[in-house]
Amino acid sequence: MKKIKIIGSLAVIAAAVAAVLLWRNGDASADEVADNQIQMKQPLSQRDAAAVARGKYIAIAGDCVACHTAPGSKQPFSGGYAISTPFGDIFASNITPDAETGIGNWTERDFYRAVRHGKGKEGENLYPAMPYNAYVKVSDKDMHDLWMYMRSVKPVRSKVPETQLPFPYNIRLAMMGWNLLFFDNSGFTPDPSQSDAWNRGAYLVQGLEHCAACHTAKNLLGGDTRAYLQGSNLGDWHAPDITSDPHTGIGQWSEEQIVQYLKLGSNHVAVASGPMAEAVTNSTQHLSDDDLQAIASYLKSLPGGDKQPPQPLAASHPQMKSGENIYSVNCTACHNSNGKGIANLAAGLANNPGLQADDATSIITTILQGGRGAVTQGNPTSGAMPSFAWKLSDQQVAAVATYIRNAWGNAATPVSADEVAKQRAKLKLPEQMPER
Amino acid sequence: MKNVRPKADVAIVGLGWCGSLIAEELTRAGLNVVAIERGPWFETATDFPPSVDTDELRWDTRRGMLLPPAVETSTFRNNSNQKALPTRDWNLNEMGYNVGGSGTHWAGMAWRFTPFDLEPYTQTVKRYGEKQITDGLILQDWGVTYDELEPFYDRFEKIAGVSGKAGRLNGETIPDGNPFEGNRSSEYPLPPLEGMRLTDIFRDATKAMGYHPFMVPAGQASRAYVNPLGVRMGPCTYCGYCLYYGCGNFSKSSPNACVIPALMQRENFTVLTESAVVRVNKAADGKTATGVTYIDRNNQEWEQPADIVVLSAFQMQNVRLLLLSKIGQPYNPITKTGVVGRAYSFQTVSGANLFFEDENLNQFIGAGALSQQIDDFNGDNFDHSELGFIGGAGILVVARGARPIGNADLLPPGTPRWGKDWKKAYTHAFQNATFIFGQGTSYSHEDYYLDLDPEYTDDYGLPLLRVTFDYNENDRRSAKFIEEKSVAIGKAMGAKTVVGTNSASGHYSPYNLASDHTIGGAVMGTDPKTSVLNRYQQSWDMHNLFVLGASSFPNNAGYNPTGTIGALSLWTAKAIIEQYLKNPGPLVKV
Repeated sequence: MKKIKIIGSLAVIAAAVAAVLLWRNGDASADEVADNQIQMKQPLSQRDAAAVARGKYIAIAGDCVACHTAPGSKQPFSGGYAISTPFGDIFASNITPDAETGIGNWTERDFYRAVRHGKGKEGENLYPAMPYNAYVKVSDKDMHDLWMYMRSVKPVRSKVPETQLPFPYNIRLAMMGWNLLFFDNSGFTPDPSQSDAWNRGAYLVQGLEHCAACHTAKNLLGGDTRAYLQGSNLGDWHAPDITSDPHTGIGQWSEEQIVQYLKLGSNHVAVASGPMAEAVTNSTQHLSDDDLQAIASYLKSLPGGDKQPPQPLAASHPQMKSGENIYSVNCTACHNSNGKGIANLAAGLANNPGLQADDATSIITTILQGGRGAVTQGNPTSGAMPSFAWKLSDQQVAAVATYIRNAWGNAATPVSADEVAKQRAKLKLPEQMPER
Repeated sequence: MKNVRPKADVAIVGLGWCGSLIAEELTRAGLNVVAIERGPWFETATDFPPSVDTDELRWDTRRGMLLPPAVETSTFRNNSNQKALPTRDWNLNEMGYNVGGSGTHWAGMAWRFTPFDLEPYTQTVKRYGEKQITDGLILQDWGVTYDELEPFYDRFEKIAGVSGKAGRLNGETIPDGNPFEGNRSSEYPLPPLEGMRLTDIFRDATKAMGYHPFMVPAGQASRAYVNPLGVRMGPCTYCGYCLYYGCGNFSKSSPNACVIPALMQRENFTVLTESAVVRVNKAADGKTATGVTYIDRNNQEWEQPADIVVLSAFQMQNVRLLLLSKIGQPYNPITKTGVVGRAYSFQTVSGANLFFEDENLNQFIGAGALSQQIDDFNGDNFDHSELGFIGGAGILVVARGARPIGNADLLPPGTPRWGKDWKKAYTHAFQNATFIFGQGTSYSHEDYYLDLDPEYTDDYGLPLLRVTFDYNENDRRSAKFIEEKSVAIGKAMGAKTVVGTNSASGHYSPYNLASDHTIGGAVMGTDPKTSVLNRYQQSWDMHNLFVLGASSFPNNAGYNPTGTIGALSLWTAKAIIEQYLKNPGPLVKV
């Protein structure tokens, strides 16, 4: 049913688009500021060192390396990472200056068009797994520095598998329709009523850091919904609400606490794990304190959703009773009986907004599979948690997750054993070890 | 074909406390360091999670983390007229077998030695004259004094996050601390652990006897802590699973919790795991080391060339590697010449087993170093004039947790070994049985030494280390003295039955696990005729070879060795960075 609906809507979209709209949406003339002669593989000179250094910071802020390097590879930017999407795996390309397998033959303009407008060298549409809908906000100056840095990267000869999505997603032209619906083809416009720091934060969050890619919920076609940065499901994880919502967002955190989280990978209550641990390790820990402060100031200004927090479950609820038991046996050694954890080492659970979203996926995944805190220069310990899949049944995981979400003043919907069973199957984790 | 790795500035053999501490210093100084560890990588969260770690059978009874004797062991005899046989079962020679080494499974007593322990010869002769030294005893100064080592003890305690209470701070005596300790330049980084019923009884009894009890400095973080390397420790939960266990709470001072996380962030640091170094390679003239040869997990032989070689394996393995590599002159017990393998000793342990009538020791909680101790009879803290020995022991109780399997024999004399009465007695013992541990000094003797076994070999066909050892007269006298003191304290504590224990009352055996603090065999000192290393733990024979660990100790103190091992490693690191790198060569001229 779903598939037919999607195909149907695609057809309607294709038929309905007006040529003018399409043209505007696909307009990449903003990229014509860039040179179209010099190819990436051409060597740099000493003069370019300053631009290369600035560009390195841009590449880190954009976290290009995260997707454009295969897991475990020691060849940065050589591609091969399979980005899993609901539509199939998309392979990130080799973006080193290798002429044959990388983008050594590209010009600066080709590069801008790909990064900011999702166009390949031949004008073909890229899949929006490449967050050009965010990078379109990146300024010409930052783009130039980024280009100079990418030219300085070691060329790696490495052919990346071709992305082969099933029909109809293999029709790259259909991305024109997608773009028309979901791609806001406009650069960053500062808001003069806000401070410079706020504008800098907005520029980084909307553009290079592409926070919305994970933290904004997607619609059926993978486009951003209007619930900007209010949290989204990533399959195995729930990327939490990072608006100022006091219950599920970062409304109760000070700007310093947000900065600490992005710098160290953890703060008084939260420890970055899963995909956010990678984002902190690869990207945010390296941002300047001013930039982190700017991001905090912008995020704090974002309104949350209008959802009211639920009432906490009563302590007499059967899941709460068994959950408390399971918690005291398995969790208190690190997270403490008062749920406060150990700052910057073992996540606090009491008043931790990330745990109180309707979507409990991250908690279920963490209990089942374990978790590893971000590793940073400032906090190299990387506190970690073991898997409990072998030890706890689906009912027990559901009960302890429900307990964590409703103890110590927390309040969130209960978790069902069914949800846990589905997640266990999806993560391919073993059943609870039978008692002998 | 020969497998050769790219040359490193420094090759480190063994990644325990010594290896990781010196690697941290040398990588921070910019050197390219490759550490080679025989055991596997261990991951705190997944290998030791608190939810599964409390498995006494696996980690304690079956020594899940130690180097199995089937891989490498030693042979043993009490004197050179006997034939040595291999120790085939778990024994007191407990060698670490993982990244973190013995620092992963130790109990955590994080001591400094006293000033006397590092200058035993000078101070003994000064106070008592040569006559105090029993026949054949090897007594020599270390070449480094307590005052020189103090800043490095201080640094080690801060890296390790040691919990304790100073007794001597900047010349002042502090109440409730150890008044006999060497002067400290700063307080411990963390306050002492909470006391338990056992430590309270001991404290009150010894105080009433006029002694000076104090909480033992513990490598268990009493609070959440961030060390100078930015590494975080969680507060100890008093779970009682320290000795033989890893700590999944990031609470026990260990290379894994305190140093390696920082080290792994450095691009100029590499660790090769499951790779056993079999020899140090020498330049053609034999005057410098060119690197090491190791065998990897696939049984492939590799060479790791390096400008500096650091041996930081277990004490016995350091000595064995020197002998296998033919570096330095092996000790000859007949002519009493040579140095490698000379001045080996152990630890003299005596004390008392205590059985109370109606106590509540609550042994379901504890910590590896949760102890009260008196040092009134340790080192040279008391007058030995009429006693006929030197040294003594730290006398302590330890609330270490119940060990339901391991303590099954700690029952009053006459208790049946099985059946209903045994069960009843053991149930009672859970709240009532404990012991006083006199952790003694030990001085080496010219009859006892380490060499290569002429017959038995390891998996690679290389000779095993042979231990020739027994307690000497000084050990026996001091052990008896400490046993008597311990029995008196046990009675004062109110125990119904007190049974003296004395490991030195019979012959030494590696199967009597009185302690596992073996020392010496490649000792530091002031004279190349009586030491393998100079005061910087630098080989007298090869200036680019440094040997770290308890193998450097000419004598053992009445303490656990780890704090001193750590301090000496940092002392050597500083000498390498500030002196050796500028002018590679012997740091001490003779």
